[in-house]
Amino acid sequence: MPRGRPLGMAAGALLLCAASVLLRAAPDNGLDPATLLKPLADQWPSYSGDYTGRRYSGLTQINQSNVKNMTLAWTARLSSATTLRTMIGGEGTGEVTVGGAIAVKGAVLMVNNVLYVTAPDHVWALDAHDGHELWHYFWKTKGGTHIGNRGAAMWGNYLFFVTPDDYFVSIDARTGKERWHKEAASFAQQYFLTSAPMTVGNHIMVGTGNDLDSPGYLTSYDPETGEQQWRFYTVPMNPGDPGLDTWKDLDAARHGGGHPWLPGVYDPETKLYIFGTGNPTPAYHSKPRGEGMDNLFTCAIVAVNVDTGKMEWYYQTSPHDTHDWDSAQTPVLVDGMFGGSGPRKMVLTASRNGYYFTLDRHTGEHLVTSQFSETVNWAKPALNAKGQPVREPAKDHHIAGALVSAANGGATNWPPPAYSPDTGLLYVPTAETYAMYYLSETDPRGAMGLGGKDEIGVGSAGTYISAIDYKTGKTVWRHKFRTAGGGRAAPGLMTTAGKLLFGGDISGNFVAFDPANGKPLWHTQLGQVSNAPETYLVDGRQHVLVAAGDTLYSFTLYQ
Amino acid sequence: MRDTRTDNVKRRARGTCREMLFSAGSALFVVATLTLQAQPPTQGGRGGRGGTITSPRNAYPDRPPGDPAAIERGKALYGVNCQFCHGADTRGGDGGPSLLRSSVVLDDQNGELMAPVIQNGRPDRGMPKFAFTRDQVADIAAFIHTFKAAGYDESRVKPPSIIVGDAKAGEAFFNAKCASCHSPTGDLRGLASKIADERLLQQTWLMPGSGGGRGGPPPVTVPPTTVTVALPSGEKVEGKLDRLDDFVVSLTTADGTHRSFRTPMNGGDAPKVEVHDPLQPHKDLLRVYTDADIHNVTAFLVTLK
Repeated sequence: MPRGRPLGMAAGALLLCAASVLLRAAPDNGLDPATLLKPLADQWPSYSGDYTGRRYSGLTQINQSNVKNMTLAWTARLSSATTLRTMIGGEGTGEVTVGGAIAVKGAVLMVNNVLYVTAPDHVWALDAHDGHELWHYFWKTKGGTHIGNRGAAMWGNYLFFVTPDDYFVSIDARTGKERWHKEAASFAQQYFLTSAPMTVGNHIMVGTGNDLDSPGYLTSYDPETGEQQWRFYTVPMNPGDPGLDTWKDLDAARHGGGHPWLPGVYDPETKLYIFGTGNPTPAYHSKPRGEGMDNLFTCAIVAVNVDTGKMEWYYQTSPHDTHDWDSAQTPVLVDGMFGGSGPRKMVLTASRNGYYFTLDRHTGEHLVTSQFSETVNWAKPALNAKGQPVREPAKDHHIAGALVSAANGGATNWPPPAYSPDTGLLYVPTAETYAMYYLSETDPRGAMGLGGKDEIGVGSAGTYISAIDYKTGKTVWRHKFRTAGGGRAAPGLMTTAGKLLFGGDISGNFVAFDPANGKPLWHTQLGQVSNAPETYLVDGRQHVLVAAGDTLYSFTLYQ
Repeated sequence: MRDTRTDNVKRRARGTCREMLFSAGSALFVVATLTLQAQPPTQGGRGGRGGTITSPRNAYPDRPPGDPAAIERGKALYGVNCQFCHGADTRGGDGGPSLLRSSVVLDDQNGELMAPVIQNGRPDRGMPKFAFTRDQVADIAAFIHTFKAAGYDESRVKPPSIIVGDAKAGEAFFNAKCASCHSPTGDLRGLASKIADERLLQQTWLMPGSGGGRGGPPPVTVPPTTVTVALPSGEKVEGKLDRLDDFVVSLTTADGTHRSFRTPMNGGDAPKVEVHDPLQPHKDLLRVYTDADIHNVTAFLVTLK
């Protein structure tokens, strides 16, 4: 397709304007999937920037010695952007409007000096030089849970994103024009899609979300045609499927949840795509799932072969979860020394349940478990032989109420952690909260989905960045955010070879920390930071990008 | 704590637990209608094909109401043929699974997906076949579709009494841990009359201001958190704490003046900040209570009529 292709909109002179902007910013060749194999540096071409999930950039222009001079380059407010270049798609009638302001709660892609930004039902392309809008795509929705969108994926000149009403949509990155859309899950079964798709070779992978009792799955699509290549269910769906003996029966397994609602990471050496799965359903009721049974493969780290969709290994971080604490968090791949066994290829995850895990990523072998939240009290004091925390049924939910830490949001949540090979530390946004969990459904058949309990917060013991040593699981330092109140975890993190750790705090500041000890080195007040920061080069100059609600802030260093 | 409570009220209102929601303090999350030129105004019909999404309870459009006569016929057929296994409310019964969450039922419009299952049975799972006509299946489907499929169903929330504890043991715990600040004949006199809802009472004594989780205002007013800022000059400024983070402390003094101080990031001549949180003892006790302690204290406090 020729670059600067007309937008097909009768906007007269404005069209010329738009086309000239495109001429300046549009790439010739888009994104070669091989680029995704490179360590993170000059671009940000996927959800985590590269396949490792470390969110560690090799850029050093902005570093510990000069970050004090970092300053604002531009801002872009998405909800006030012009609508002249809006393309419209979607299967809805246009009658459904969404309450709640636009908020960027996922990754922004930066490829060839163009930023691709998403929010539920929206995609924007912005010029990375100054945040100027190149095009805007709007999806008319049928409905569905509009809680967030974690970003787009790219392959060549094609962009891919998902919608709350369950479509997998491809648009031309140069023009914003829709190429096609495919139904990726059943809207009638109350699925909703939020995840950023992931590009690996010629696979585009998308995971599901659902708060009723529908099974979770990951689907791989062909980037050209959108045809399904394979589908992996995270729960047993047929007689004889592995894991079926960990459910009450087949009907329970087929309604067991386990949604992989965040992107995974990829190990090119083994061709394994490694991702986390969500809670079992019904979330708060044991009996319909088989009291005390593990409920595989929910709340687990799962590795599937990217070409076949077949599972190679799994490790369950919360057997028989009863608190809706997903293990869907994007894991982190680390190559490093481990114990007496020398160099090792590992995968790390800090789970919403308050426990941290190091696993061997080629085999799934368990290496380390630790408790990174000091207050979590839902498990028995001792781990089991597999290194898993063991649920204490007295800390489920009860008619008279059970005092449980963490509250439903968990010890950590979707905001991504970061890992620095310079320090060997995994940085995890952490919240220590308490809630009373009350049983409200007394029908012995239990509730559906997230029903059946009432949970009322009673307080927070603090929110932190925890810096965890993957070799021991020990928290080497914690930065406790000073606050007048508030119990949620901070938004996500990013770290660089400039010996900086970036992230929002819980009071609206965007902060650069020292990754060695958590000391703040630079900050600015933006309001509520809503995603994890990113960094890349624009015309050879390093920028740091972060979102606060509907506004993007781009920082740089002028010298 | 206020922010926690607000988060929970918001989460309830949006009914989803996928992630923590950001505190209501920020204008970014004030509900606003997104207006695009291409998008007609907000007045879509509720419960029909349109509407405004404010919570998952209407995030998925309701089915259009069925024909009442068909529903009646379907109910009669269901009662005789299906109820024994699948339950009067379709949530499952003796041997039969819940139909309410079944993918066949959820995806079905007017019996077209149910018909093969009903007419052929599922012998491998012990379900016999039924010789219903396609019209009869449509009637049964119309009846089954009258049940709303939702995780959080307000109509099912009928909490029984939460009083299970031992009032005597609760009184002993109260005397040991609470009596230095509170008295049953003083500030807590008539507490159970003022707060009739047992769960609200329990939440309120655990963390005053945390509310009962139903969105209403908390039944007691918590005194504000105060702060003393000792400046390097030796001056001490005291007042109600408005804002505190790693970089700034803001307060309102007794005469209503707003004062704000920067607290240097790394040492230096930092003002010394001392926070006085009236709820600190309540927060500290969260690590101390067993659930039995909590239930016992509540059983004691409900006697303070």
